[in-house]
Parts: sequence; structure tokens; C-alpha cells
Amino acid sequence: MLMTISLLMENRPGALMRVTGLLTQRGYNIESLTVARTLDPTLSRMTIGVDVEARLRALVIKQMNRLVNVLQATDLTEVQSVVRELVLLRVRAPMESRTAILKEAEIFAARVVDSSVEGFVIEATGEIEKLSEFIAVMGSYGEIEVTRSGGVAVSLEAKKLRLAPPVPRSQTETVESR
Amino acid sequence: MSNLMNGAHILLECLAREGVDVMFGYPGGVMLPLYDAIYDNPIQHVLVRHEENAAFAASGYARSTGKVGVCCATSGPGATNLTTGLVDALMDSIPIVALTGQVTSTLIGTDAFQEADTFGITRPCTKHNILVTRADEIAHAIHEAFHIASTGRPGPVLVDITKDAFQGQAHYAPVHEIHLPGYKVVTEGHAGQIRRAAQMMWEAKRPYVYAGGGIISANAHEELRGVVETLDAPAVCTLMGLGALPGSHPNFISMPGMHGSYAANMGMYECDLLIALGVRFDDRVTGRLSSFAPHARVIHVDIDPAEIGKNRAVDLPIVGDARKVLAKLVKALKELAPEMQALRAADRKAWWSVVHAWKNQHPLEPVFGVDEIKPQQLMYEIDKISDGKAIVASDVGQHQMWAAQFIRFDQPRLWVNSGGLGSMGFGLPSAIGAQMAHPGKLVFCICGDGGFQMALPELATLANFGLNVKVVVMNNGYLGMVRQWQELFYNNRLSSVEINTFPNVEHLGAAYGIKAKIVRSPLELERALREAVDEPGPYLMDVRVSSFENVYPMVPAGGAINEMVLAPPRPVTVPE
Repeated sequence: MLMTISLLMENRPGALMRVTGLLTQRGYNIESLTVARTLDPTLSRMTIGVDVEARLRALVIKQMNRLVNVLQATDLTEVQSVVRELVLLRVRAPMESRTAILKEAEIFAARVVDSSVEGFVIEATGEIEKLSEFIAVMGSYGEIEVTRSGGVAVSLEAKKLRLAPPVPRSQTETVESR
Repeated sequence: MSNLMNGAHILLECLAREGVDVMFGYPGGVMLPLYDAIYDNPIQHVLVRHEENAAFAASGYARSTGKVGVCCATSGPGATNLTTGLVDALMDSIPIVALTGQVTSTLIGTDAFQEADTFGITRPCTKHNILVTRADEIAHAIHEAFHIASTGRPGPVLVDITKDAFQGQAHYAPVHEIHLPGYKVVTEGHAGQIRRAAQMMWEAKRPYVYAGGGIISANAHEELRGVVETLDAPAVCTLMGLGALPGSHPNFISMPGMHGSYAANMGMYECDLLIALGVRFDDRVTGRLSSFAPHARVIHVDIDPAEIGKNRAVDLPIVGDARKVLAKLVKALKELAPEMQALRAADRKAWWSVVHAWKNQHPLEPVFGVDEIKPQQLMYEIDKISDGKAIVASDVGQHQMWAAQFIRFDQPRLWVNSGGLGSMGFGLPSAIGAQMAHPGKLVFCICGDGGFQMALPELATLANFGLNVKVVVMNNGYLGMVRQWQELFYNNRLSSVEINTFPNVEHLGAAYGIKAKIVRSPLELERALREAVDEPGPYLMDVRVSSFENVYPMVPAGGAINEMVLAPPRPVTVPE
């Protein structure tokens, strides 16, 4: 079963590598991964979809929380959460099928973001399974090209974020500093 | 206060402020600015002969003092050579700060001379690592590195510094505060859990203390003693925890695990409460997990939440610093003692009589040879000389297990060995590190004939500094531990384990200017060891022991802890 991990981390070089390294060292394949800056530009929010044995999920989360750059890692697999994905899809649309394609897009609440003689570029967001259906439907009209964003998730249960306060680092005075 | 300095000087200023008095390293191209600054700096630089040994020496320093060990190496091969030492420290939770040079920041990613992605390579080798490309970032990076290495669960931290960061000028201002919002260390321990633990401990009929390296890194040995004595429970110390409880303490059984004593392992199997303190339920201790301590409820105290329940389900976890938690635990135990002690007296007496019976049934006893020296006998003689007080740095293999079985340590930080990673070649450089930290102390380095040759270049460092290290090579002519497994599990097909070329150490010692001796007879062993100890400075001894001795008891890999293979009965030889 795919595990969904939501992760808040420092927006620093190498932070991503530490997180993915924990998964790849076990031979896990990351199915999807999104990462972007949060309101606080020093932090990033990351959503990972990865296949992890159920009994190891808690350990993976603990080991992620142990990383110095990670502020909070949460397992959203079995908690109340919303997961959404964005799809950008290019479909070749000859004159005779254009109206039908637009109708289908409407059903999926998708938006046309570019239209040309060759066809459309359509943007759709929604649940991951729903988007797969959308892609299948569009595929039936002809040649398509798809870019999926990977899931982004938010928990419906607020979890308090505990941050480590700054700590004093006591040092010996040296001759040069006096 | 602020003044303009180059990055190299800022770095040394930060090290001084962290109380660093010695560092182990090897220079190179991009490290030139740093070594120029080291030239007239009061911090002593120990030039090792291979970067891996710089990391091992820093580890020996850290293990024997509890302070952060510092090592440094140049970019590329220097950094890659450090990695074994870094993983070794990571596995054993040893605080090390490693400093590596990196090519000039504008050259990174161009396949420049001696360029390697040290930051990427050492990510899984360290607790944390930091890449520094500007002089003004150095001070924060260094203090962060020391903070991370030495707090929480200790570990190695690497700071990779570009040449232009060393050369660049920056205004140096002391760093008094570290801000790492994601680095949360829980030290106090949950008061309610501690109370419940004390209750459980008194309620248990057959409590058993399983103490590990966490006790030593938290300096919690006094508190451990308090727990053990208050409860009057039998206690074992893991390979990493030897010395946490004095080896001569009446409650101390011995080491548990693959080569633990019969009593230690049977106690693990039969106890009804396992009090796990600063341990990680390593496979070399537990054997087959499904039959490890099958009748026991488990209390687990550890500073790392990720260790709780990792290998064994825990009934009562306490996350915190062992010293703080155990101090509170002793208090809680003592509060309950007046009502519980008498109530538990009969149970405790019965439990101890079982444990003593196991001890008597299959004691850890040295084997004495008549014609040839038995390896156990060598450890027994070293133990007699040490009397629980010497630092013993060990390499990896059979000799390490025999040393752990037969040499007592009456204090923590005397036993220096590579536990988790099992890195051959660790013994000699770590002994050098320990000796640098304790110039007045007797330091033994016990190696096999295999591992000794991995670390052989460090004889030069030993001679260079005239260090008082007694190198004892337990020479059985084989990679003994692998040979033992080939004998027991691979039909005695001895594949590539014979060390049939070994240098004559008397010539080797002479070449380095180190006193050396080959010892062959059991009759001369004790005197030869005493001579080595009395001789000031380094000493190299090749002790020829019997080739085909196996380490027993032995829990075969994946076996249950109570199903040990015991030493076969020995023919009794009557001396003439």
C-alpha cells in the first residue's frame, strides 16, 4: 500500500537528499514527490508517495524526524487527509472531436489553458484516481501527452508543530577573542 | 567584538573555543590554507599515515574521553578515505567532527583535480553534514557541527569547506547561539513513565538489566549502578557497554550475545522483565528476535526515539538522557523500596540462585596451553596486568571477543572497540587517539594478525610521537573469526583466511625504532607482557597463539539466544 508522508523541512541544499536517501537506502521506489516553499521562505513542505511495508512505516517516520533539517514528518496514510494532484494534458483535437473533448473536460472540472489548431492543453486537479480516469477518457480521443504533479496532501487533523528553540553554545574564551 | 580573519583562522578559533586540543589529519592541496594556519596554532595536529586512521584516532580520542574527536582530510581521496571511520562512529554513536577540504566553489561540479562529492558521499555516513562555500559561514557551521555531534544521540558530523572559504576574509564574531529548529532532543524523560517503570521493576520476579553504550555516552554509570544495586538485579553490559558497570561488580554477569557467556544469555532468555538501558537490540545481541527474551516485558530507555520498538516491541518506553532518567529512576525505586524490598526478597534470592547456577555450569574460564599459548590465556594475562584500569583498544575479530570476555573494565571509557561496523584496522589508530587523550595511562592495543596489517602504517605515527601504546598482536596465522565460521558452517573449507606471510615484528619494530618481541611459549608470556609494560614508549609484541581455537559460547547467526554452541570438552593434559 502506498504510504503518504507529509514533511516540513528547512529549505536548504541537501535537505531533500537526506529525506530521499532514507527511502532509497532501503531500496524503496518513490512513486511521487512534490516539494515547494511554504509561507515561511526558510521552510519547504514535501509530500511523498512511497511503497513501504506497513510494519516499517512508523520507523521510517521516526528516522525522518531524526534528520536535523526535518521539522516534522507525518504519516498521512491512515489519518484523515486530503490528497490532490494536478495534471497538465495535451490532446490532439481534430475539428470533429473538439466539442466532445471540451464537454468531457467540463465533466472533470478541467480548464483549457491553451488552444491551437492541433489541439488543447488542459489543466485538471483532483483526487489521484479521478485524474487517472480523466487521462483515460482523454486518451480515447487521440494522442495525448501528460504531466502529473504528484500528490500534495494536507492532514485534516491539526498537529501541533514543536520547534526546537535556539540553544546557547557555551565555549571557552580564547586569547584571540579577548 | 569583531575582527577580520581568513576562513582558516576562523576555523581554528572556533575549534579552540570548542576546547579542541588535538586533531588527527592529513594535509593536501585544498587544505594548504588551513595547514598554513595550523603551523603556529596551539592545537596539536597529529599527522597520521592514512586518512581512515585519522577518523579512527579521533574516534579513540572521543571514546576514551567523551569529548568530540576531530579529524581532517583533504578533498577527493582524503575525504573518501575518511568514510569508513565516519560510518564506524555513526554505528557506535561516537561524537566526531570531520573537516574536509573541497575544491574552490567555482570549480565544484567541473571534475576538478581531487574533486569528489563529499557532501553527497558522506550523507549516509554521518549524523549530519554541512557544505561551506564562504568564509563567513564557517563559524556557524563549526559550532553547529560540535553541537550536533555531542548532543542527543552522539555521532559524526562532517563539515566540507571549499578552498576559497578557507582563503576568504570575514569578520569573525563569536557564535553564542545555535538555531536548529528541526533538531529536537528530549533529555528529561517522562515523569509518569519513570514512576511506572519503577513500579514494574519492583513487581518483576526476574528483572534483568541490559545496559549498553548509551550509558557510557551519557556518563550514566553511577546512576546505572544505583539502579542495579537498589533493585539487586543481575546485569549484563553489551560489547559497547563494557565498563558501564565495573567488571568486578557482584551484579555484573558479563557480555550477552553471539559470544556472550552462557549465564548472560540464559538470563536474557529467562527473565520476566528486561530493563534495556541505552541499547539498540543489535542482532549480535538478540540472535533470532522471535526467541529473544520471550517471557519478558521490556522497559527501554534511550535518547533516540527511533530506537524504541525498532527491533523489539517495548512495553514501557522512556525517551531521554540515560543519566537524567536513571537518576530519577533510582529515586523512584528507593521510594518504593521500603514496602517492596522485603516483599521481593524471596523472588530475588531464587532468581540469583538460578543465575549463579548458570554461571557455575558454564563459566567463562581461560584455557591454558602447555606447549602453545592459548588466545584466552593471553587475554587473561593482560587482564591481570590491567586489573580493570588500563585502556584496551581492540581491533575486530576473535581477539576482540576474547578480550571482551576476559578483560575486566572497572570504569567506563577504558574499552575502545569497533562494535557496530566491525572495522578491521580500527585497533592501532584508535589506541593512538586514546593515548593522545590520556598520556599518563597504560594503553594496550590488541590486534589480530589480519587487522594489524591493515593499520600497519600507523606504527610510524606511534614511533613519531613516542606514544606509550603496547601493541599486542594475537597471531594465530589466520583471519580467525572467518576461519571459525568456515570451519563450523562451510565444511572447514578454509578459503583465503590463512595469513601465511606476516612480517617479523622484531625487524619491523627495528625499522620503525620500536621495541618489539616475538613470544611463543606460555612460560614466557607473563614476563614478556610485564617487560613491555615497564618499557617506556611504544612496544610491539607478536604473540603466537594456537591456530584453531574457536570463540565459545557461540549463538550461530539467526539462532536463538538460549541455544548456544558451547566449547567442546578439552582433553586434560597433565604437565610433566
